[in-house]
Amino acid sequence: MKGMTVIVKTVTRWVKVFIFLYGIYIIITGHLAPGGGFADGVIIACSYILLMLAYGREFALKRLSSRAAHHLDSSGVLLFLVVALLGLGYGGIFFGNFLQTRFPGVAFKLLSSGTIPISNIAIGIKVAASVFLVFIILSVLRIVLDEDGTQKMVQDEEEE
Amino acid sequence: MNTTMLIPLLVAIPLLFAFFIPLVARKIRVLADILGNLATLGALIIAILIFGSRGIYELGGWSPPIGINWVLDGFSNLMLVIINLISFTATLFSSKYMEQYTAKYKYYSLFLLMVAGMNGVVLTGDMFNLFVFLEIASVASYALVAFGGNHEELEASFKYLILASIGSTLILFGIAFTYGATGYLNMASIASTISSGGRNPILLFAVVFFIVCFGIKAALVPFHPWLPDAHPSAPAPISAMLSGVLIKALGIYALTRVLFNVIGMTTVFGWVLIAVGVLSMVVGVFLAVGQWDFKRLLAYHSISQMGYVILGIGLGGYILSSGGEQSAAMLAILGGIFHLANHSVFKSLLFLCSGSIEYSAGTRQLKEMGGLLEQMPLTRATCTIASLSIAGVPPFNGFWSKLIIIIAAFQAGFPWLAAITILVSFVTLISFLKVLRYAFLGKLPEALRQVRESPAIMAIALVILAILCTGMGLLLVPGVREVILDPAVAALLQGIEYAQVALPVF
Repeated sequence: MKGMTVIVKTVTRWVKVFIFLYGIYIIITGHLAPGGGFADGVIIACSYILLMLAYGREFALKRLSSRAAHHLDSSGVLLFLVVALLGLGYGGIFFGNFLQTRFPGVAFKLLSSGTIPISNIAIGIKVAASVFLVFIILSVLRIVLDEDGTQKMVQDEEEE
Repeated sequence: MNTTMLIPLLVAIPLLFAFFIPLVARKIRVLADILGNLATLGALIIAILIFGSRGIYELGGWSPPIGINWVLDGFSNLMLVIINLISFTATLFSSKYMEQYTAKYKYYSLFLLMVAGMNGVVLTGDMFNLFVFLEIASVASYALVAFGGNHEELEASFKYLILASIGSTLILFGIAFTYGATGYLNMASIASTISSGGRNPILLFAVVFFIVCFGIKAALVPFHPWLPDAHPSAPAPISAMLSGVLIKALGIYALTRVLFNVIGMTTVFGWVLIAVGVLSMVVGVFLAVGQWDFKRLLAYHSISQMGYVILGIGLGGYILSSGGEQSAAMLAILGGIFHLANHSVFKSLLFLCSGSIEYSAGTRQLKEMGGLLEQMPLTRATCTIASLSIAGVPPFNGFWSKLIIIIAAFQAGFPWLAAITILVSFVTLISFLKVLRYAFLGKLPEALRQVRESPAIMAIALVILAILCTGMGLLLVPGVREVILDPAVAALLQGIEYAQVALPVF
């Protein structure tokens, strides 16, 4: 049986949802409270990494394949860049906050501060996918010893 | 149309394509080629469109010193055209050359990230922003050096990663010291604080960090050991990018910008630059002569030629700060900057030629080549032009810039510097005669009978650069020089008066 003991698996099954939700909470209140895109991305990635540690790599990859993570990785950056370019298109300023007049910055109000929540979400997606991918890459490669004792790097499965 | 609107696109376009290509071109290799070339062509067109205009761009509408500003002046204009020109020819060359490797979309993605980072370094007017872009370009280049994935490439990449990361970390320390001493991160604000408030001894400490770390990035001699491994190991278009523009944008450009325009030049810094320049010139060229690996030989010559650039610029800075003639300082800096432009063209061409030979003949050992004259006439012609350029044979471009540096050294009263320059140039000629002799003349080995000229698209890239090599001497013609080279020199000559230009509020 892959993964860790049944205790770890049971606890993980309960905890993973809360970690994920906490990540979501950090992302949507990123512009109001401490936190934001990067912290949120790491937390969300942690929930997947916890799955991988407890249940084994195949289980986690069934939930979020490395292919999908690659796509999310690129889309996050693209979303961030598109928001910046929209600022250039609407207000003539790269990274300009073109939504600020519609949604001005108000303390404790969720829909406020213009484009900043969108950028936060974009960064969150990007960071979560990247951290998860780094973890996959670290786990996919392993060193095995040949019969004659030389070390060889082996990839467990095709990454693509 | 307001040209300052176009400034952010220089970073945005490569960045956009860098992350768009892996999304759509994973399966279709041709699409990756088309998009990659489109991105670099777009950036080149924008760099040419904004050539000659001056502007300050406030990112996000936040004004400095708190906000980040991008400053476009003569020097950045010139660097932008060089960077995007070389990257366009490199992607053109890659579209066929990189067929040998897998995962082309990853290659283009990293390549464009590197271009975005370099464009950012050249544009930015903020110290911390400089560091961020520098890291983007560096990290992309570590991965690109290791792109082949073989033992030798990974080792070279690891060495490069360690040394350059030390450099980056110390640059961060230098920036922190500067911030502590002046209270600003904006280059213009730092400059105006220094000019009004006098020098803080901590700044001297920061300058030591800057010289060492940008020296690592530029591979000047005491800090060069990563370059002779990293540049030959990378795929040929990447070697062309690394030698052609990366060491200049991250090393020479950043160093001169910080020393001249932010901290302010003194005679001591001038002497340091001259000493490092002479050391790089001499050590680089003597290490190069004995090499038998074509690309490794070229890599050592990069070190030597960077010495010329730093010598010219340092000499100018020394004359300027010791109160010498303005015209002599101008000539020396002109020589340095012109040689920088020339070197990026002929060294990229040489690396692309080596790639072309490697693509067709499958080797880069000079001893295994020979007699390729008949087999690869076009590569031979372009390689000859580039070799004569780097050796400083008239009428090719390398001759003119070296001539200016020599004249400037005489005018400044350093005939011995001129003598060393001529000697190094002579040794360069010897080593490139060796290259031409072993690669193209002599008896054709049995193994290379079937060798054919490289595909047309690679040849186009070679021809573009060869034409530039032949024609760039014309940049010195009065009338052209005032438009292209002199603004770049003027940007450095203004010294810390830069603050008045880049930050009109002060």
